[in-house]
Amino acid sequence: MSVSVHPSDRFGVFGGKYVPETLMPALEELEDAYAAAQQDNAFRVELSEMLANYVGRPSPLSDAPRLSALVGTRVLLKREDVNHTGAHKINNTVGQVLLARRMGKQRIIAETGAGQHGVATATVCARYGLQCVVYMGEEDMRRQSLNVFRMRLMGATVIPVLSGTRTLKDATSEAIRDWVTNVTDTHYIIGSVVGPAPYPRMVRDFQAIIGVEARAQVLERTGALPKSVVACVGGGSNAMGIFYPFVPDADVELIGVEAAGEGVDTHRHSASLTAGTPGVLHGALSYLLQDESGQVHPAHSISAGLDYPGVGPEHSFLKDSGRATYVSVTDAEAMQGFQTLSRLEGIIPALESAHAVAWITREAGRWTKDETVLLCVSGRGDKDVAQVMEMGILDA
Amino acid sequence: MASESATISSDAIARRFAELRGASRKAFIPYVTAGHPDPKRSVELLRGLADAGADIIEVGVPFSDPLADGAVIQASSQAALDQGVRFDQVLEIISDAGLTIPVVLFSYLNPLLRGGSDALKRAASAGAHGVLVTDLPLGSDPEREAWFADSPLDFIRLVAPTTPSERMSQIAKTGQGFVYLISRLGVTGEQATLSAELPATAARLRAATALPVCIGFGIATAEQARAAAVLGDGVVVGSAIVRAANESVGAAVALATTLRRGIDDA
Repeated sequence: MSVSVHPSDRFGVFGGKYVPETLMPALEELEDAYAAAQQDNAFRVELSEMLANYVGRPSPLSDAPRLSALVGTRVLLKREDVNHTGAHKINNTVGQVLLARRMGKQRIIAETGAGQHGVATATVCARYGLQCVVYMGEEDMRRQSLNVFRMRLMGATVIPVLSGTRTLKDATSEAIRDWVTNVTDTHYIIGSVVGPAPYPRMVRDFQAIIGVEARAQVLERTGALPKSVVACVGGGSNAMGIFYPFVPDADVELIGVEAAGEGVDTHRHSASLTAGTPGVLHGALSYLLQDESGQVHPAHSISAGLDYPGVGPEHSFLKDSGRATYVSVTDAEAMQGFQTLSRLEGIIPALESAHAVAWITREAGRWTKDETVLLCVSGRGDKDVAQVMEMGILDA
Repeated sequence: MASESATISSDAIARRFAELRGASRKAFIPYVTAGHPDPKRSVELLRGLADAGADIIEVGVPFSDPLADGAVIQASSQAALDQGVRFDQVLEIISDAGLTIPVVLFSYLNPLLRGGSDALKRAASAGAHGVLVTDLPLGSDPEREAWFADSPLDFIRLVAPTTPSERMSQIAKTGQGFVYLISRLGVTGEQATLSAELPATAARLRAATALPVCIGFGIATAEQARAAAVLGDGVVVGSAIVRAANESVGAAVALATTLRRGIDDA
C-alpha cells in the first residue's frame, strides 16, 4: 500500500478522515476548537483542576512486591483503577466534555464496550448538566449490566445496539450514525485513540497524563527509567497514554498486549496488530481484522473492552516503525492474570488490564532483578466480578 | 490512466444528462444493493428498474459496517453478504444484467481497496460507468482520490447540507459525471418530509457547479421525488426501493414506475 502523508491527520500512512462528507465540517470545527483550547490557559487550568479534584489525579504508582517476586523483576503498577469511575477512561471524557462546552454543544453521545467509557461519559455529563446518550451493543449490555445501571443512574440514556455483532464495533457505527444526524448540536466523545482525525491524537493527548505522571513517578522511585512499559490494547487508549511520553526514550521497550481470545490461529480473537491487515474502519486507516474481500471480521475477547476488530492508527505506526512491540494473551491466560493480581497484590484488575498482567507473568525471567517493568492497571475489575463468578473459577 | 474505455465510460453518464436536458426531463436514479434479495433476483431487479424508466442505476457494494446507511440498507447489505456476495460477485451481477443505461457503484472504501489495483478497471469492464465512495471526502486521501479520479469510472462526489459553499466548489471541481447532494443530515432511509433547508442547499450547490446535481437520502414517495426533481437534475431513491424488493421484485418495479411518473411531473 503506497504512502499518503497529511502531517496533522496521520501517523505515517495510518489514520486519516474516512468519513461521510456531512461530518467533515464538524471534524474541522473540533480540530480548531482543540487547537484553541490547547493554547488557552483557562482551559488547561480547568482541566487540571478537574483531574486533581474530581478524578483524583495523580493516580498512585504502587510497588507490587509479591508479583515482582513471581516475575523475577521489579514491577510497578500505574493505578488507573483508582480514578473516579474506576478506569483511565475519565481522563479523556473530562477533556472532551470541557471541549464540547467551549463549542457550545449541549448534547453528548458516546459508544461503549465494557461500559467504562460510557460510565465515564455519563459521569462528566452529569457533573456539567449535559444531555448524554450512550450506544452499547446488546451483548455487552448483558455482560456489563452493572455499568448499564450506573449510566442510567447518572441520567444517561443507554441505547441497545442490535445490529451486527452487538458489541463495540456496532455501537461505534451507531454512534457515528447518530452524529451524522445530529451533528449541529451534538459532540461525539470517542472513547479510544480510534476514529477519524483529530480523535486519535486528541484522545492520546488527554490520556498522556498517565505516562507523564508514571514516567516522573518511576524516575523518582527508582532513579532510572523502566526497562519495559506494558499495557493492554483494544482500541489502545490506555496504552497510547502511558507509551506516549516514553516514545523518545529509545531504551524503554513499549509492549502492547492484545486479546488473543481463543487463540490468534482461530477466528475468535481481537488481535488486530498481531493478526490483522491495514484497512479502513470507523474513519481511520489502521490494522484491522478483515477477510480478503475487505469485510470486517467479528472480534472476540472475554473482555468487552478489548472486543474490537480495529486499533488506534498510532499503534499501527508504532508497530510498523518498530518502536513498540505487540503481543497477545488468550482468554484463559487473562483469567489467570485476573486471579494473580487479586491474590498477590489485593488489586482486582479489569479483565482488560488482566491481559497485561498475564503477559508479564508468562514472561517471568525475561528481566533481571535490577530492571523495572511499568505496568498499566487501566481499570478495576468490579465490573467483571459477576461475569467471572459465573465461570466458577474459585471452585476449580 | 486515461484510456479509451475511460472516454467511453465517462461519456455514458454525460450523454444521459445531455439527452435528459434536451428532453427537459430529470433523471430517475434508483439504488439497489447488489445481491439483494438474492443474486438471481438482484439481476432481475436491475433489468426491471431499467424497464421501468430508470436513467441511471446505483448499485451498492455490500459492506459489513455501512455507517452511512440506515436500517433498511444495512439489512440488505448483510443479507447479500450472508449469501456470499463480495466485490467480484457484484461485478458478475452487473455484467449479467447487461443494462443499456449507466451503472454507478455505491461503495465504502474498504471493499474497493481490497479489490486490488485493477478493481475499478474490472468494474468498468463489467459495465459500471461511475463510482461513488461514501467515506472518501475531498482532501481525506489525495492519493486514493486520484486512483478513483484517474480510473475509467466517473468519480462522483458527494455534497452535504453542512458543506460550506466554498468547499462545494472545490468538491465539484474534482467531481465527474454528476454531483450527489445528500438531502439532509443523517443516514439513508425513508423520511416523511424533505428537509426544509433542501431548496437553499440545492441553490448553493447549483451556484457552485455546472455539473448535473442529483439529490438523494430520505426520498421515498412520488411526491417527494417530484419536489426534489424541481430542485436538481436527478433524484436518487434507495431505501424505499430496497424495502419494496424485500417483498418482491415486482413490488420494487411497481414503485419505480410510480416514482418515474412523479419525477416526470416536475
